[in-house]
Amino acid sequence: MGVFDPIIELSRGLGETLRSFLFEKTVTYQYPEEKRPVRPRFRGRHVLKRYDNGLEKCIGCSLCAAACPADAIFVEASENTDEKRFSPGERYASTYEINMLRCIYCGFCEDACPTEAIVLGDNYELSFTDRKQAIYTKDLLLEPVPSEQMLTPRKVEPRAFTRSVPEMKDPTD
Amino acid sequence: MSKQVTITINGTQVTVPDGTLVVDAAKMAGIDIPVFCHHPKLEPVGMCRMCLVEIGRPMLDRNTGQVVMENGQPKIQFMPKLETACTNRVSEGMVVMTTSDKAMDGQKGTVEFLLTSHPLDCPVCDKGGECPLQNLTMQFGPGRSRFIYDEKLRLEKQVPLGELIWLDRERCIQCARCIRFQDEIAGEAVLGFDERGRNTQIVSLSDPGFDSVFSGNTTDICPVGALTTADFRFGARPWELKAQASICTQCPVGCNTTLNTRREAKAGGDIVVKRVMPRQNEEVNEIWLCDKGRFAHHYLESKKRLTRPMIRKDGKPTRASWDAATKLAADNFAKAKKDFVLLASGRLSNEDLFNLKSLADTAGGKAILYSDMGGGELTQLVGVGAGTNIGAMGKGDAILVIASDLYEEAPIWWLRVKQAADRGATLIVANPRETKLDRFARYTIRYAYGDEVKTVSSFGKKSKISDEFAKAKNAIVFFGSEGLGVNGVSALASSCASLLKESDHVGRPNNGLIGVWQRANDQGAFEIGFRPEANLAKALKGRAVYIVGADPAGDSPALAKALDGAKFVAVQDILETATTEIADVVFPAQAFTEREGTYVSGERRVQRFYAAVPVKGSSKPDFAITSMIAKQMGIILEGTSPSVVFDILANSIDAFNELNYERLAEVRGQWPIVGRGDLYYGGTTYENTQGLGVQLVPMAQVMGTVRIPKVRKEAALRPKEKELLAVPVNKLYDLGATVRSAELLGGRIGEATIFLHSSTAKKLGVEEGKPAKISFGGVSVEAVVKFDDTISTGVALAPRSMGIPIREPVVSKVK
Repeated sequence: MGVFDPIIELSRGLGETLRSFLFEKTVTYQYPEEKRPVRPRFRGRHVLKRYDNGLEKCIGCSLCAAACPADAIFVEASENTDEKRFSPGERYASTYEINMLRCIYCGFCEDACPTEAIVLGDNYELSFTDRKQAIYTKDLLLEPVPSEQMLTPRKVEPRAFTRSVPEMKDPTD
Repeated sequence: MSKQVTITINGTQVTVPDGTLVVDAAKMAGIDIPVFCHHPKLEPVGMCRMCLVEIGRPMLDRNTGQVVMENGQPKIQFMPKLETACTNRVSEGMVVMTTSDKAMDGQKGTVEFLLTSHPLDCPVCDKGGECPLQNLTMQFGPGRSRFIYDEKLRLEKQVPLGELIWLDRERCIQCARCIRFQDEIAGEAVLGFDERGRNTQIVSLSDPGFDSVFSGNTTDICPVGALTTADFRFGARPWELKAQASICTQCPVGCNTTLNTRREAKAGGDIVVKRVMPRQNEEVNEIWLCDKGRFAHHYLESKKRLTRPMIRKDGKPTRASWDAATKLAADNFAKAKKDFVLLASGRLSNEDLFNLKSLADTAGGKAILYSDMGGGELTQLVGVGAGTNIGAMGKGDAILVIASDLYEEAPIWWLRVKQAADRGATLIVANPRETKLDRFARYTIRYAYGDEVKTVSSFGKKSKISDEFAKAKNAIVFFGSEGLGVNGVSALASSCASLLKESDHVGRPNNGLIGVWQRANDQGAFEIGFRPEANLAKALKGRAVYIVGADPAGDSPALAKALDGAKFVAVQDILETATTEIADVVFPAQAFTEREGTYVSGERRVQRFYAAVPVKGSSKPDFAITSMIAKQMGIILEGTSPSVVFDILANSIDAFNELNYERLAEVRGQWPIVGRGDLYYGGTTYENTQGLGVQLVPMAQVMGTVRIPKVRKEAALRPKEKELLAVPVNKLYDLGATVRSAELLGGRIGEATIFLHSSTAKKLGVEEGKPAKISFGGVSVEAVVKFDDTISTGVALAPRSMGIPIREPVVSKVK
């Protein structure tokens, strides 16, 4: 090894640094000011979806809780009436809680849901200062509604929503 | 023993009694044939076609009538088509194939067909998770139906069949199990089919809808989610429920139950009882449960539950420590010496009652049972023999029911007595008025209120009825408290016991005396030595009273007054009552769902119950509270383990000899097999894995013979002109603390009512449906008048625990 070899190696390395400094785009995101979009199949914090008319998709069937390997979900169901309707059909979830400390974001709940009500969304910014905060209740999980008329519960025409499980069709995709 | 035949099912040889259905024979051999309409307790109908199997029988030579042999084996001839296993009875040499391709094809086709109109809304269905149709669809159902989806029927989904049961017409598969249950088992045909073909629907034929106290059982045997209870509607999914064995505390039958519990946000995150399900005990309740037992459990979560000991300070109840509260009670009891009176009810377990009795005996006090019925010492002598099973009674046996409306007082006994009558037993019903059991009775005897003893002693004279009773192979007498008080029931029990002894119907299984008590463990209280007191007010006045599990002040103004004049009142209960309000010290006790213990049923079966839910507040089990008070008085009583208390009890009371918790928890195989993986066979009834209980042996069985103590009958009351004889009767749904908090039953409880004959009412000038004033013994209460022309003219019927403080027949005035 010659005397100049380390210097050559050093300048080659520095040259690379200089090249990327001058010619390459930066890969750093200025989080939290700047956020990187998540992938289509990303599994973040859950969202309870609504139908276009604002009624909740969740029917309180508790299948998500049954599928959950971490026992993170607790569901309690109650009965809808036409005066106080939350979801189509007879049944809705009166209590829906997910303990985000237990959740492992596996997405089994999404798979188990017969009405596609629970979806793992793209929110990954979960931090808590106290264990109780980690329990997301139904009002935190429910999708916001665009207008006040679409809020649940609401009064509906009698016998307008008698069916809760959407008609079964073979999956298209 | 009946003839046995050997058949071959799926290559396995099975020997079963002749006449067994193929589906039952397969079940005995551990082979499951899927069924929907078949139920082992019901007659076969073959409506659903789910149990299609290949059946072959040995071929007979037409000329000789001999079995044709082939290679040394009988030649088997199979039917060209599949047959239903639920309607074919076994015959010698039969060969059944349940899993052959042909049979499986038939079963698959049936499921596919049943699903043509099924909504498949399992996620919202209460049955989902324990549903035979769901399970069999997973097992046999094709992934894709050949039927046209758009032709699926759309029917009503929320039909209330009465306030307790909901019907979903879409889910119904027309198996008629519910209709057949009501027809064949309950004997109340209140359901039926309407329309025909694809439009066949279940309808309620009664008003009010589904008017039967056994309605809850139809939801158990419904193989789909068509019938569900209003009580458990969307309560939880079955797989989330924990199960714990328990005993129903609503009546002396002692039905075995399973408590299903779950954590509930509505109850503040507590673990609560979500539903009560029957647990199989073929000698007690089979696989059934009445609606009171099933739905009246809500008092356990009542807001009025006591959770902390209280002491009255300056006239106000204030929180106190256990030490201070027990010390106060102990000091007062010790000071009272002979004036110490202990009043306990049959709501308590044997362990509680035993500790209480020990305390009363050691401290020199008196132990009184809070009941309107006497005669428990007679059931100890000539009670039904060990091994009694009303379900085994039939032709040649006799059952006498006197002064009791079993339908209202002990529905499951009513059901079993009715079924015994169906099987050919001689049923004799003696009651002053018509009851629902009359319809199934061979003989009905009417007597005037007050003539109970006379009626029983008339059995000594020669008559067709008394002959048939005397000659019966086995005979059981049920006596109740209709129109009777403590002394009246004692006299009646004694005459019934004499009748049984004279006709030699004592000391054997299926023979003896049964008291239709008012509370679950009255029999146990009698065994432990408690006795009721006819004049309770006198017994309480001026004493230091320790009231456990009873609400005398709420039940009767006279008793409230007596307690006002008591030296000291300590009350131990689970709920706030009128009595806890006037108490000097209140101890919170644990409900039966929160602790372990045992009860003795009316048939003298000792049965265990287990803790199912966590303890509320700082409440303690009754026997432990008694032991704490006793400790402060210098008396040592076991207060930690109920099983140890029971061991001491078993050592000191002869009838309980050699019993312990392990023996009570023993189980044997029972038929039909229910509650395993095969929900479609027996329904959702739970299998008994935690104890069938042990029946106590009556003295007559131990000694061979007994002497029946004579109880003198009181002179009958004779009302004067313008007066009526008010008699107490019993109602199933009353305003008792353990029933009234069940909202669902509210409509069936009603209000304070008296029943009069219409002509009596006319004479008195009171109108139907209007309130009238009934006064007796210094009290006067308002009650709604109802007409009942089946009762006699000189009486007014007043239901117990319905706001009218009646304990025994009294002369009254109605205005």
